Amino acid sequence: MSFLRGFGVTFHKLFEKRVTTKYPAEKRPKPERFHGRHVLGRYPDGMEKCIGCELCAGVCPAKCIYVRGADNPPDSPVAPGERYGYVYEINYLRCIHCDLCVEACPTEAITESKLFEFSFTSRSDAIYTKDELLVDDDGRPRQMPWEDWREGDDRHTSAWMRATSPSGSAAWEGRAAWSPELGYGLRPAELGQAAEGPGQAAGEVRESSGETGSSHSTPTSALGAPEDFDPESHEN
Amino acid sequence: MSVFALDPAYIGGFGLSEALILIIKVVGAFGLLLVAVMLMIWFERKLVGDMQNRIGPARAGPWGILQTLADGVKLFFKEDLRPAKSDRLVYRLAPYMSLVPAFLVFSVVPVGGNFTSGDGTVTWFGNSTFLQVADPHVGILLVLALSSAAVYGIMLAGWSSGSKYSLLGSVRASAQMISYEAALGLSLAAVLLQAGSLSTHEIVAAQGGWNWNLWVTGLVPALVFVIAATAELNRPPFDLVEAEQELVGGFHTEYSSIRFALFFLAEFMNVITMSAIIVTLFLGGPDGPVLTERASWIWGVVWFFVKLVALLFMFVWFRATLPRLRYDQLMDVGWKFLIPLSLGWLLLLGALRVGRDRGWNTAAVVVVCVAAGAAAGVLLRLAVRSGRRESGELADAEADAGEAVNVGEPEKGS
Repeated sequence: MSFLRGFGVTFHKLFEKRVTTKYPAEKRPKPERFHGRHVLGRYPDGMEKCIGCELCAGVCPAKCIYVRGADNPPDSPVAPGERYGYVYEINYLRCIHCDLCVEACPTEAITESKLFEFSFTSRSDAIYTKDELLVDDDGRPRQMPWEDWREGDDRHTSAWMRATSPSGSAAWEGRAAWSPELGYGLRPAELGQAAEGPGQAAGEVRESSGETGSSHSTPTSALGAPEDFDPESHEN
Repeated sequence: MSVFALDPAYIGGFGLSEALILIIKVVGAFGLLLVAVMLMIWFERKLVGDMQNRIGPARAGPWGILQTLADGVKLFFKEDLRPAKSDRLVYRLAPYMSLVPAFLVFSVVPVGGNFTSGDGTVTWFGNSTFLQVADPHVGILLVLALSSAAVYGIMLAGWSSGSKYSLLGSVRASAQMISYEAALGLSLAAVLLQAGSLSTHEIVAAQGGWNWNLWVTGLVPALVFVIAATAELNRPPFDLVEAEQELVGGFHTEYSSIRFALFFLAEFMNVITMSAIIVTLFLGGPDGPVLTERASWIWGVVWFFVKLVALLFMFVWFRATLPRLRYDQLMDVGWKFLIPLSLGWLLLLGALRVGRDRGWNTAAVVVVCVAAGAAAGVLLRLAVRSGRRESGELADAEADAGEAVNVGEPEKGS
């Protein structure tokens, strides 16, 4: 007769609160580090961050990224350094939004926005090229007509990259170890990363903790960021 | 007048007003059933959703109440496919063979009327009539006959589809429905014994004033009837007929478009009509407190639908709670539990009735009946055991059990 208890269970469930949201009408707030559609970033001086190294394409488990690098034109360079991403395409019919490309990128060029409501009416629309992925001259992501951008979505485009960028060591807490972005400058340190003590400068930390410092070199300094980049300033 | 004197309205000849009454009743019952099915499918989906912490249909209309209508429109415009191996005529006929009995059963159900302080008649156009489409003298037999006829629709659908899953589903369906029909009939006989009539109107009238068969016949026939009815309707936990995990869709696997919708319609209509039959047989039909003197038949309608919805809720509750039975368990419950139980209970009720008529001591009758029933049970068990031993089935089962133990032991050690 123990099955009679089952009737009690199902009857009790009738009066429980539902967790389902009526999705298109009622939208839950998105987490800051949501994995959405990709964005290709630029430095505050307008230079593209992508150097065409194809590491993102190599790490992609869905094989949805296609990149071809080219030499920078000497008179009007597109990216700081030798090479730049000449072709950059992502097929969103294949992308699984795992963010491995973001973690692989040595220059923090590719990041993910919070946009997930992009539906296409043709397969060619699903292939985003550099035109669509690269941020515009204000540093804001391009918004395609079929995409559903909401207020404030563009503000968190590089949140996941910032969370995973090489600043995990306790000695680097409170220090932004990522590069500044066009339109946003250097983003402040993340929640939980304590502010740096007044007596400590960046150089001192790096020298005093050699074993951690070697494995935590800032990517921006290694790859020749623009000269006006100051890691201590949070404004552009 | 004759055996076809189905209603007091037709006694004084058949004129215009009688024809009008008949048309109103037929159209009313038809429309009522269709709307009720629409609401029942929505009710079931919503309620099962609620019981599973889901929301259920919520898009079409307020609270998704038009979902069934949307599904129906969609099904109507889908392509109607017929498998090449199917039998054309039977394949097309089968959905109607399961739908028509579902409609007809409802015609004998009294849906209203004042049975508490009246005789259950209403007066339309100067004719007093019952609130049921027809009241044949063989009412309950008609119900049993039509619910048996519904098996044909399912059986022929599965056979004519030319598909193994459909055939398996329909073989299961016919075996199950025929098995449980016996328990259904035996538990129903207890009600007939009490009412002394096969007419649904008479059965309801006999229950007037809270003399509901639910307790008058001692609860057991009602329980057996509900279980057997659930099996007869092929509803969970007895839905082996369309066990999705095993048979794709059962007998209607190959059906699409509006033909599939007709099966679906018949299935849910059967749930409603069977609930209405249970209300009629065991819950006093439209019997209930009459709160106003004017138009007192309205209260019969109200109480009938309250009881109907309660039973529909019960069927949905079964579905949301109970897992499906295995096939041998299904047959065991039917043949070894429900049929002996309802048969024994029928004999007990019969003995009590005879005893009352002859003035015997009730306690003595009960004791003798229980003793006889126990003796019969023991004899039956002995007979089954010896029969199984003779056929070697028992030895096989024991050998299997021993083997299972032997296999189990080394695993324990390792």
